[in-house]
Amino acid sequence: MVGLEHYLTVAAALFVIGIFGIFLNRKNVIVILMSIELVLLAVNINLVAFSAHLGDLVGQVFTMFILTVAAAEAAIGLAILVCFFRNRGSIDVEDVNVMKG
Amino acid sequence: MTIAALAFYAFGITVVASGLLVVLARNPVHSVLWLILAFISSAGLFVLLGAEFVAMLLVIVYVGAVAVLFLFVVMMLDIDFAALKAEMAKYVPLAALIALILMMQMALAYGAWTTSEVADRLRGAPAPAPAEMHNTRALGMIIYDRYLYLFQAAGLILLVAMIGAIVLTLRHRTNIKRQDVLAQIYRDPATAMELKDVKPGQGLG
Repeated sequence: MVGLEHYLTVAAALFVIGIFGIFLNRKNVIVILMSIELVLLAVNINLVAFSAHLGDLVGQVFTMFILTVAAAEAAIGLAILVCFFRNRGSIDVEDVNVMKG
Repeated sequence: MTIAALAFYAFGITVVASGLLVVLARNPVHSVLWLILAFISSAGLFVLLGAEFVAMLLVIVYVGAVAVLFLFVVMMLDIDFAALKAEMAKYVPLAALIALILMMQMALAYGAWTTSEVADRLRGAPAPAPAEMHNTRALGMIIYDRYLYLFQAAGLILLVAMIGAIVLTLRHRTNIKRQDVLAQIYRDPATAMELKDVKPGQGLG
């Protein structure tokens, strides 16, 4: 019998993979954005698993909102990336120092 | 092992394996394709959980829009990805350490976690039985009723993101000819035309 714990394990594995990817691909912003998508997917799996386990639909409503925000984030992130590539000719995170912050 | 359990293990293993390959793939185009596989198989997991609407939304939004956007950007930018990947080995120890710590923290939280006795009574919107009302209809009933303002705010976020992305990537090149509609509208015969009195045998000087 597949229970809540199985889904939580899959989500935890996906979350850790996402964080691992952010640190592993320090030079490549595109893969960092994809890793963030994986992390958000793990959160969505958690929400839907709890929603099904408790019989509460609110979890699925919030999954939709996370999906919306993730899509908006991907669009803005890629737009900033294209803009940055036009100005600097690279997508290295370490080159992002124009503001000298 | 039932069919549902078999499907769960197939989808679960596919999600985790393709997630790992998104991170490790040498070519970002392959990363995007693995990301698509991860999203499709997690949509399968959602179907197994009885959340059909969210599953279909995941396929439409991610596979249909976000993944294509990623693919478009990866192919549009002219980047030497091999050089980027060459330095990946340098970051493996730190990344593995952080992943290990995170995994241990999650295992600790998992060991100490129990479901509350009163969890059933704290439900915000109890899901109706599937035989009574299917998932999409039940979700629609609460989205357009209790979460109407949040739903509209989600639409507003998408609008702002769309305008932001357009403004960020729009580029005005200076050395090309454009149509100037206002100048065309305000053009009148009095200023656009001039009558010259041409003398015979001389022409316009």
